[in-house]
Amino acid sequence: MSPTITTAGELTADDLPGTRPDGGQGAPVYDVTVVGAGVVGAAIARELARYRLRTALLDASDDIGNGTSKANTAILHTGFDAVPGSLEARLVREGQQRLRAYAAETGIPVERVGALLVAWDEEQLAALPALLAKAERNDYHAARLLDAGELRAREPHLGPGALGALEIPDESIICPWTTPLAYATQAVRAGVHLHLNCRVRHIDSGDDVHTLTTTRGTLHTRHLINAAGLHADELDRELGHDDFTVTPRRGQLIVFDKLARGLVGHILLPVPTAAGKGVLVAPTVFGNVLLGPTAEDLDDKTATGSTADAITMLREKGRRILPELLDEEVTAVYAGLRAATGQEDCRIRSRPDRRYIAVGGIRSTGLTASMAIAVHVMELLGDSGLDPGTPSELPPVTMPNLGEAFPRPYQDAGLIAADPAYGTLVCHCERVSAGEIRDALTGTVPPHSPDGLRRRTRAGNGRCQGFYCGAAVRALFEEART
Amino acid sequence: MTRRERTVDVLIVGGGPAGLGAGAELAASGAGRVEILEREQTAGGIPRHCHHGGFGGHTIGGGTTGPAYARGCVAAAVRAGAILRTGVTVTGWAGPLTVDTTAPTGLERITARAIVLATGARERPRSARLVPGSRPPGVYTTGELQQAVHLHRQRIGSRAVVIGNEPVGRAAADTLRVAGLDVVAMVTDQPSSRLAALTRPGDRTPVLGRTTVTALTGRERLTGVAVRHHDGRTTTLRCDTVVFTGDWIPDHELARRGELALDPGTRGPAYDAAHRTTGTGIFAVGNLLHGVESAGFALAEGRAAAAPVLRHLTTGAWPTGRTPLAVDAPLRWIAPNLIGPDGGLPLRGRFTLRTTGRLASPLFVVRQDGRELHRQRLLLPAVPDRAFHLRADWLDRVDPHGGTVRIAVR
Repeated sequence: MSPTITTAGELTADDLPGTRPDGGQGAPVYDVTVVGAGVVGAAIARELARYRLRTALLDASDDIGNGTSKANTAILHTGFDAVPGSLEARLVREGQQRLRAYAAETGIPVERVGALLVAWDEEQLAALPALLAKAERNDYHAARLLDAGELRAREPHLGPGALGALEIPDESIICPWTTPLAYATQAVRAGVHLHLNCRVRHIDSGDDVHTLTTTRGTLHTRHLINAAGLHADELDRELGHDDFTVTPRRGQLIVFDKLARGLVGHILLPVPTAAGKGVLVAPTVFGNVLLGPTAEDLDDKTATGSTADAITMLREKGRRILPELLDEEVTAVYAGLRAATGQEDCRIRSRPDRRYIAVGGIRSTGLTASMAIAVHVMELLGDSGLDPGTPSELPPVTMPNLGEAFPRPYQDAGLIAADPAYGTLVCHCERVSAGEIRDALTGTVPPHSPDGLRRRTRAGNGRCQGFYCGAAVRALFEEART
Repeated sequence: MTRRERTVDVLIVGGGPAGLGAGAELAASGAGRVEILEREQTAGGIPRHCHHGGFGGHTIGGGTTGPAYARGCVAAAVRAGAILRTGVTVTGWAGPLTVDTTAPTGLERITARAIVLATGARERPRSARLVPGSRPPGVYTTGELQQAVHLHRQRIGSRAVVIGNEPVGRAAADTLRVAGLDVVAMVTDQPSSRLAALTRPGDRTPVLGRTTVTALTGRERLTGVAVRHHDGRTTTLRCDTVVFTGDWIPDHELARRGELALDPGTRGPAYDAAHRTTGTGIFAVGNLLHGVESAGFALAEGRAAAAPVLRHLTTGAWPTGRTPLAVDAPLRWIAPNLIGPDGGLPLRGRFTLRTTGRLASPLFVVRQDGRELHRQRLLLPAVPDRAFHLRADWLDRVDPHGGTVRIAVR
């Protein structure tokens, strides 16, 4: 079966499930349509791909994982600090186990660096035992308290005044870009139709079928899954529900150069306060150091710009946590929007009578919980009258490694001997080879912009931000498009 | 892991003017096997994409163009007998004088008797300058812009703003015009230079002096550059392209990974007049030492480093405990910034300095441990976008066991 991905033009019968490549006719109706190809939507599509269902995955933008999923803190959480007993706590705990196993199988880079909740004053120090107890209530039993000496031994570059910490040895860092790409790749290869640049404008819900009017034409589906992230509330209202309102919460982050990586070993978390989870310093799987995020509630769902005030605030906080970090070069400044709903828990709501499931209010734990959310949604679908049949194993997928802690093609003599393109470096800062760029451009889910290529290969993502390779990478991208 | 292991006499990392100059001189002087590694497919460094005059000549607009200059540097090195290998990237250290490389022909581990680092400098991108706002396409550095236009003939846009008013900024504006764009303004946080206007009488581009960029706007594409003037007025310049020029930083990754001491001012390796870093047998030349001086200066430094490299190959001697040189604000850096024990003078008998702010006829005072070593007045103003110099004939007065030699300005 050749994969179906469409990106432009009116959706025609050929793109839809009714007409098969052999010319045979079927009902032009999808069994399930997932709106939103972020990490959660892609995970759901992948889960659906295990069944004999006609499934569509839609996204308003030109790429998968192009909203909240591409701009977060890239942490694989243990869920130690979730609200005990909440749906989110369960999904994070289960999702973490599933994604960890999936990552090992597919080559998604994960590093178990551990987290330290650092207490900077007596009040924060006094709060740590309660957090330890909360971790226990979340069925997380490896956390332990460190005194100031143990903390300093673990993180010698920490600023002065740290009094102690709670250690969470299993908190991990993960590649936020390879994860949804792996899901989407497997889903598309297994027959899920991916329609990009396909924004849902209007929905008519009949007795059997939802009719979706999109920017690229009309499609029909029996079941509808709303994984539209920041826009999930709008889609929900389109169906006549008013369960939640998404208030975009902006998180601005600063990425420091790889030469800073030696300054920090763990994810350094602040002790949470009433004002939120606060600003962290964390390594990334790409070998950088992340400082952020801010937490600003906005009304504009497109406000992904950074601001001078936030950069100043982050630098002040960072200077206290890891003073030497501020002497290092900055590689990137970015902002992402979390889909806050004013509720602590996520808002996954099934309406079996309407064959509709809303997966709303998925915030910073969405990446970690994605696979568990997908399984949960599948169960809810079964309850709403869909008989999916028996699941089958998906053919395994191997993702290109973008992680610094694992072998990369430029280090692999055998690979280069077999194909010299892997020894031809194009992006020098990130050591991305022509072979990897070619593979991404001809992959199952190829990029449709240099930015999409950047997320698949890291080309152009390094300290020079394209000074050396920007034009060459663009040339390769444009060559592949013609 | 299968790496081909080899040894050479001198390994030069970087095939720009500095590395090629060092290679040419060393090969001609009988240093043995002199190998230059260049990670780009074509050697020649940044001049390759500087399609303007002024290379190899001291008068504005004179000399030859960048690409011709780059070809000349390559030809001279090859003619002298240096082995030039392009498309070879040094990816790290495997020993004090051993590096690992990646190339289409495979992986190697090369040990040398001496290593010359000539890895050059790059412009700080928008992110490193902490310019807030959105992250749309259409944002360039001069280096990326010149490659896009001159090497790849890519479409850029229609209306551009250049951030910077130094020579590099003006080269960026010229490149934009070649690509068919209107340059709507040049923006600089420095006072706008009248000298620049006098030397470019045909150039009517408005220069907004004492103006800072406060944000970039646009989503699918850049729509504007928000700026604030020193008097508090703000405006947004409509454009679809912006070029951040100048603000150079040495490409010091290899130097840092090799644990060479860096100079806090230049951010390049600390080095003495003989181009010796703090790593035994490791020399450094060119804009890695001082982002950024001219290609001609880098070439001259490369050539000048050959004699000390040869001396080291013969004697094996390496100085310890050199006296550091440091500058006081508003001076930014001085190069060289270590004083060797052998009394060697820097290139042309003078130190190179840069300032962060304009200084009208500044008086330099050189002191060590409170003792004045030298005093010198500069007759011309020192300005941020240009190097100025300090005589080095006072070096024999330095106490080799004393503290840091400090350069202050009055």
